[in-house]
Amino acid sequence: MTSRSTTRVPGWALGLAGVAVFLLLLQILPTAGVIDRRFFPPASEMFGALSSWLVAPQFWTALGQTLTTWITGLAIAFVAGSVLGILIGEIPGMRALTASTIEFLRPVPSVALVPLVVMLYGPTMQSTLILVVYASIWQVLLQVLAGVGSVDPVADDTARSYRFSLWTRVRTVTLPSALPYVMTGLRLAASVALILTLTGELLIGTPGLGSLLIDARASGQYPLIYALVLVAGALGLAVNLIFRQIERRTMFWHPSIRGEVAA
Amino acid sequence: MVQKSHGADLSVRSVRKVYTGRGQAVEAIQDLSFDVNAGELVCVVGPSGAGKTTLLRILAGLLPATSGEVTLGGTVVKGPPPGMAVVLQEYGRSLFPWMTVEKNVELPLKEKGVAKAERKRLVQEALEAVSLADAGKSYPWQLSGGMQQRVAIARAVAYEPQVLLMDEPFAAVDAQTRLELEDLVRALWRRLGVTVIFVTHDIDEAVYLGERVFVLSNRPTILLEEVKIDLGAERDQIETRTHPAFGRLRNHVYELVQQAKKGLRSIEDARLTH
Ligand SMILES: Nc1ncnc2c1ncn2[C@@H]1O[C@H](COP(=O)(O)OP(=O)(O)OP(=O)(O)O)[C@@H](O)[C@H]1O
Ligand SMILES: [Mg+2]
Repeated sequence: MTSRSTTRVPGWALGLAGVAVFLLLLQILPTAGVIDRRFFPPASEMFGALSSWLVAPQFWTALGQTLTTWITGLAIAFVAGSVLGILIGEIPGMRALTASTIEFLRPVPSVALVPLVVMLYGPTMQSTLILVVYASIWQVLLQVLAGVGSVDPVADDTARSYRFSLWTRVRTVTLPSALPYVMTGLRLAASVALILTLTGELLIGTPGLGSLLIDARASGQYPLIYALVLVAGALGLAVNLIFRQIERRTMFWHPSIRGEVAA
Repeated sequence: MVQKSHGADLSVRSVRKVYTGRGQAVEAIQDLSFDVNAGELVCVVGPSGAGKTTLLRILAGLLPATSGEVTLGGTVVKGPPPGMAVVLQEYGRSLFPWMTVEKNVELPLKEKGVAKAERKRLVQEALEAVSLADAGKSYPWQLSGGMQQRVAIARAVAYEPQVLLMDEPFAAVDAQTRLELEDLVRALWRRLGVTVIFVTHDIDEAVYLGERVFVLSNRPTILLEEVKIDLGAERDQIETRTHPAFGRLRNHVYELVQQAKKGLRSIEDARLTH
């Protein structure tokens, strides 16, 4: 048992090894001519293109635009989704009243709204924002609804028996109980919002990394296309890591997170 | 506002409780009527599943009775009445894991409108009384089951209620601490003159603590007997428990509960040797 655990390779090292193997394949396959190097340049060229772009102001402007659209959309979806969720969850009868409407609207893919928003707003940030909000609000709403319904009945009885006011109850019992759900909703929404931001930029041409990618394709700069894809991947990874950290900080008391170390 | 130095009398009239909801209806309480005087300490014993928790939750105003009426200090109980503290059977889940032990104990006091300095004193005293003075800054989930149960007790004690309802509050603590907590409840009861309803599985505990012991039948519950415990006001873990009268009462209640488990529904049918 001890000998196994001492010789075991840590998880992060395995993860790094996986990335290294992947990059190595990206390098070898095109160089060896297994795949067409014109459309699939080796990793070294991708990173070359990336590094030369990292000093270009255009790139940073585009990144800033993408982040702005993403954060704005996420914020709107989060606030609107939370408020709606608390109202629907707390007001008796509202759940039943809204359930079928939500179940009807939720599966409508955001992308199906593209023709509509382009007609309304053209290739502006607004168009993409609508897609982002529409796609990510469900993640927040459904989680908040589940969270509001998840209050432990014993905790609720305790609050009632000590005659907590409604506001104290919401603040000290309902919200902390719902927090794990809200945090999951926020993290899911953050990823979906990022995907939809890039989708909007690609399909509608809203300024940002996505539209830069369209330009790169139009001018045949394939290494740059891949470089941008790498940036998008890195963004997604960063978003996930950041929100996991936020989750850990705010939910130190939760059984899934607390541990001997959390003291 | 709330008078802290005297309890309130409690009267239960023809209370019946049928759980409806998922599946078959369950008649937990058939018919219960009794009175508890202001400042009295009554213990409730009965077989597991008899309906003790159900009764306590009805008294607490947390659960509506199907029929019948509970009045506290002359007022009909419709929801949790003011000046009442409850220690629930699921003590662990009744503590808020996102707050420190101190904050858990303090919150009801804050809600009651107790001033800050006074709150601090009450919290400190209550935690000391349950030997948890050092655990104030910990979170409930960092404590053992027995410690958590003592936090729930401290919270009720700090509240200085007029009526204290406790549902097997010492189930998770070790035997030694249990004896100390029993004396704590007795001391508190005498100091504050609070009305106490104390549910327990432990017959010795019921006889040691109570002025009266209510013995319940199996579900659907009726009251088999109200046993008067005339052991005096002063109780001592060694002297009281070795007293012949204690032994007699204990054996009497024990036999009743044993037969209640087997389905005894009337004291006339009981075969008692004590
Ligand atoms: N929510 C509920 N719905 C249906 N039946 C219930 C419900 N709660 C309790 N009961 C039933 O009512 C009866 C009494 O339950 P209760 O919890 O009051 O017993 P108890 O005397 O406290 O038992 P224990 O000593 O094991 O704590 C049991 O038969 C139980 O199955
Ligand atoms: Mg019970």
